[in-house]
Parts: sequence; C-alpha cells; structure tokens
Amino acid sequence: MQNINTDFKTNPINNKASQVPPEERFREAVFSLLEQVPDPEVPVLSILDLGIVRDVKVIDDKVEIIITPTYSGCPAMDAISMDIRFKLIEYGYKNIKITQVLTPVWTTDWMTENGKKKLLEYGIAPPKRSTNNEDEMPKCPQCKSANTKLLSQFGSTACKALYQCNDCKEPFDYFKCH
Amino acid sequence: MQSENSSVNTEAKKIQTSKVPPSEGFREAFLLHLADTTLILTQRNGAWCGHGPILEQDIAITNITLDLIGQSRNFYQYAAKLINESSLAPSPVEKAGDEATEDSLAYLRTEREFKNLLLVEQENGDWAQTIVRQFLFSVYQYFLFEQLQNSKDDQLAAIAAKSLKEVTYHVSWSADWVIRLGDGTDESNERMQKAIAALWPYTGEMFMQADYEQGIISEIHLLKDRWIEKVKTVFEEATLAIPENIFMQSGGKNGVHTEKLGHILAEMQYLQRTNLGAKW
Repeated sequence: MQNINTDFKTNPINNKASQVPPEERFREAVFSLLEQVPDPEVPVLSILDLGIVRDVKVIDDKVEIIITPTYSGCPAMDAISMDIRFKLIEYGYKNIKITQVLTPVWTTDWMTENGKKKLLEYGIAPPKRSTNNEDEMPKCPQCKSANTKLLSQFGSTACKALYQCNDCKEPFDYFKCH
Repeated sequence: MQSENSSVNTEAKKIQTSKVPPSEGFREAFLLHLADTTLILTQRNGAWCGHGPILEQDIAITNITLDLIGQSRNFYQYAAKLINESSLAPSPVEKAGDEATEDSLAYLRTEREFKNLLLVEQENGDWAQTIVRQFLFSVYQYFLFEQLQNSKDDQLAAIAAKSLKEVTYHVSWSADWVIRLGDGTDESNERMQKAIAALWPYTGEMFMQADYEQGIISEIHLLKDRWIEKVKTVFEEATLAIPENIFMQSGGKNGVHTEKLGHILAEMQYLQRTNLGAKW
C-alpha cells in the first residue's frame, strides 16, 4: 500500500463569508480539482467519473485522498497518485496524503452516468450494470446497432474487451463490466 | 477434521474458513505461497509477450498476466508488513539488516524458500500446454479465492475478493480455448491431450494441505470436488479425457521443486542478485 506524506508548511485556501463549514468547502474544492484529473488510460474520463476516488478527508490543512484500483495490476495507479498530487500542489495544497484501499472492491457500477456518456461519445461502449444480463451485447458506439460480436475478452487495456459491429463492421472497445 | 453436522444441505453448504486461528508464522507462509504462485506464473506467461499465436491472444495472455502480477504484489506487500511486525525468524533480507519488502521477498529468496505450486513452474511448451496450465490453475484459484474472500483476515479477504473478479475472466477465457483446441482438429486435440498428460501429475498438490494452510483453509476436499467438477464439464465439451490413476507429485508448497524453478529464479532474480537494490 502506498502512503505518501509530505510535511510542508500549509497554504490553506482562502474561504470567507459562507455558512458552509470551512472543512466542507475545503472538501468540495478538492473534489472540483479531482474532476480535472483524467484517467491516464481513458483520458476522456476523470478519476471521479471512473469511481476511483472513494473519499476525501480534510483535517485542518491536511487533505487525504482515498483511491481504489480498478484492477489489481492496474499500472495507472502510480500515475494517478502523482497526477492528483500535481493538481493539488498546483492549487497551493501542500499537506497531501494519498491512500490506496482494496475494499469495497471497485465496480463499473460506480462509473457516473456522465462518465458513461463521455465514453460512448469517445467511441468506447460503456459497461452495463453488473446486475444486468451478461448475454446482452453492447451496442456499437458508431452506428448504435446491437448486432455485435465479441472478438476478444481482453482488449487494449485490462478494463476493456474488443468487439466488432456486424452491421457497420467497425471494431470497437467495450468497457468490461466488473 | 472434526465431525460435522450431517443435516447440512449440500446446496447451501459453503466452504468455511476455520474458526481456529492460524499458528504463528502460518499466515505469512500462506501469503508467500499465494504470492510466489502468482509471481512464477507471471514470469512464465510473460515469456509469451510478443509471441502469442495472434495479436488478440498475445494481448489476452499478457492482460491475464498483468492481473496476476497485481495480485502477487498485493500478497507480497501484505506478507512483508506482517513479517516486519512479527518477531519470527528473520526473513532473508533482515539478515542484511533491512526490512522485508515486496521486492526483497520476490528477488532475494532462494528456491527452497519459494512455496509456489509445482504446476505454475512447468514450461510454457506450445500454446496448448500454456492454455491447459492456465485453465487448471485459474479454476483452482477461482474456488480458492471464493473461499478466501470470507476470511476473517480482512486484508486477505479484500485481496481475494478483488482478484476473484479478474480470475472469473481468466477461467472463462481459458475454458473457451480448452474447448476450441480440444474440439478442434486432430492435431490440436492430440496436443491438448499431451499437455494434460504432462501437467496432470502436478494438480494433486493443490489439494494436499500444507501445515501453514491449517487454520486458514479447512475442508480442502470441497475445493477439490468443485475443481474437478468444473474441469470435467469443460473437458467433456472439449472431447478431452481426464487421466486416471496418475501418481501425483508434491512438494512445491513446502519448497521442494522441480528443477525448472531454479532456472526461472536464475533469470528472474539475476539483476537484483548482482546489483542489490538496483532501481529503474
């Protein structure tokens, strides 16, 4: 497990004149920055869209980001931790801790609706709900046909499978249900 | 094994992790067994990278291998934590005055200290042999992790639950290939049957309980029943036969290996052995 902790002097963001407790505003500000951190392998999605960020904890000037990997061997986790750190440092945060947890186990059900929409527009078929019928074929992101076939359960990254559309013949990635 | 309540409904019966806490050092040994097994299969499968029969399958086997190395790292990291917290006999790295880490456990332990299953150190052979090895192992891993996800050890349960989702895909992919090759041409069937004959003697060990598994996995025979049932179903569809009356090899769980492991470690550990602490 990776625990990174920097002990620089703090530079809390300046929040004035609001009834929201300062820590809550601090937390919201951090979330809005995390929204700007893209997933390195599917850059159209933010790490929030993907459901990787499980929690943000704020104590005084300290901020702790709790993240979970999509797959055990996800090589992007180190890059994601670094990107989060860079983004927060860019906005003046200095006391940052990033913690990786394994439970609860990540599921594609945590992907936001907005994230699924963005994936589809990007040309990747979004995951179905894991409770749905697995036999239902993903729709072609190009022509929207449901007449598609599986080419390979393992695609260009661990989280994707390769499909092909029987109508427009275009091969496409499907974000695997997990 | 204690006598059980005979009224247990077999359908509803779940494999339970034992209520007796494991003896000192058993948990570390068991974690190393899991870590070593996934690492050695990673090292074997990794040799296919760039050499798969077709691009999609090259990608598939390397993706499976990526899952395995991720699982292996999780087990090693947890083992290292427990070893560093315990007052057990020093790990090989502690002799050098350092703490155990995932890297020291993978790169600085000797052949006799590795606890991986004999099955995973067997050669890649042809695609048929790699497929058979993956299938026999993935099915075992699936039922094992299904049990471990209910472990009272929270971190072990978390790693198992996480891995189980990945292994589900490994089982389905390798089973598809077993069927495709078994029920393919005469030659593919013959090669599959040959691979099964070569690997079968190394499957018995999976269900022979090591000392350190006591108190962590109980009712290992249920694991075997589930494994054989799944293997039979897939082999039948693949028109492949299960060998009978085969002598089963064992020893891997306790560090007694086939000569192949020494060769694997020589290659895998070379850099760290010659340049201790080298980093990318």
